Amino acid sequence: MSHRPSAGRVTSAKIVIAGGFGVGKTTLVGSVSEITPLTTEAIMTSAGVGVDDNRQVPGKMTTTVAMDFGRISIDRDLILYLFGTPGQTRFWFMWDELVRGAIGAVVMVDTRRLADCFAAIDFFEHRRLPYLIAINCFDGMQYHNAQDVRDALAISSDVPVVSCDARNRESTKNVLISLVEYVLTMRRTRAVAPA
Amino acid sequence: MPERDEPTGALVRPYAVTRGRTRPKLEIALEALVETTVRGRSGMMRGGQGGSEHQYIAEMCDGGRVQSLAEIAARMQLPLGVARVIVADMASDGLVAVYEPTSLDDETDAVGTELLERVLSGLRRL
Ligand SMILES: Nc1nc2c(ncn2[C@@H]2O[C@H](COP(=O)(O)OP(=O)(O)OP(=O)(O)O)[C@@H](O)[C@H]2O)c(=O)[nH]1
Ligand SMILES: [Mg+2]
Repeated sequence: MSHRPSAGRVTSAKIVIAGGFGVGKTTLVGSVSEITPLTTEAIMTSAGVGVDDNRQVPGKMTTTVAMDFGRISIDRDLILYLFGTPGQTRFWFMWDELVRGAIGAVVMVDTRRLADCFAAIDFFEHRRLPYLIAINCFDGMQYHNAQDVRDALAISSDVPVVSCDARNRESTKNVLISLVEYVLTMRRTRAVAPA
Repeated sequence: MPERDEPTGALVRPYAVTRGRTRPKLEIALEALVETTVRGRSGMMRGGQGGSEHQYIAEMCDGGRVQSLAEIAARMQLPLGVARVIVADMASDGLVAVYEPTSLDDETDAVGTELLERVLSGLRRL
C-alpha cells in the first residue's frame, strides 16, 4: 500500500492482457503485480445485450464474467493496472469497458494454438488499440521464429512480436516496456505527421 | 479465487445494497482511483449513514491508500456494476473523491505523452 501526501493529482492507467484460454494471462499479471491478482466480476443478461448497468433486473437470466487484474505503483501519484481479458471472447461487453482508455494491449500467444488469439487481434485492430504479440515460451518451446508468427497472424510489420516467459518478472517487465515504447513511438510519429 | 460459472439467484442479492438501482450517478472507469475525503473519514468515525458498504469503502480508501473501482469491487466481492453505484453515491455525497484516468485519446496531447513517459520510466525502474 502506497502512502501519499495529498500533493499532486493521483491518476491511473491500464494495459490489457489478452490471449486464448490458458495461454498464461493470469501468470503474466501475477509475475509483476504488487498485489496478488484480484478478480472482479460483471453481470450481463442472457440476451447478450444487457451490459452491467441499467438492464440488470431480478428475474432475468444472468451470467457473470470474471476478469483478473494486478497493480503496479509507477510512482507516488500514478498506478498502472493490468487487466486480463475474460477467457471467453463472447463477452464482448466487457472488452469494451476494458479497452476504453487503455494504453494498449499485450496479446499472448501459444505457438501450438495460434488461432486462439485471432479474435483478440481483430478486436484491437477494430478499436485501434495498439497491441503487441508476446509469444509465451512454454517449456521446450524456447525459440520461435518471430517472423513465422507474424506471417501466420497476418499482422502489420510495425506490430512488435516478442518472446516471453510469463512466470518471470523481468521477462514480463520487458514485454510491458516494449508495449509502452511502441505506443510512444506511434504517438510521436502521428503527432509529427497527422494522418 | 471465487468461481461462479453459472448464473445463480445469489447474484441478484447485491443489488439489494443499491436498492435495486443499477444506474450509477456517475460513470466511473474500472481503473479510476477512489480516495476517502475528510468528510468521508469523519462520517466513518461517527458510524456513518449509508450502511456497512460505505463504511468498508471509506476505510479501504483512507489514509492515502487509493484504490481503483475494480479493487473495491473485487475486495468486497461485489459485481462491478454494484460497486460502481455505491462509489458514485459516495462521491456525490462528498465521502470519496474519484480520480479518473488521464485520457490518451488525443495523440497530439502532451499530457497523455507525459503520462506514457512516466509509465515507461516507472517500468524500467521496477
Ligand atoms: N511452462 C510454463 N507454464 C506456464 C507459463 N505461463 C503459464 N503457465 C502455466 O499455464 C497454465 C495456465 O496459465 P494461466 O496464467 O492460468 O493462463 P490464463 O491465460 O490466465 O488462463 P485462463 O484465464 O483460464 O484463460 C498454468 O498452469 C500456468 O502455471 C510459461 O511461461 N511456461
Ligand atoms: Mg486467467
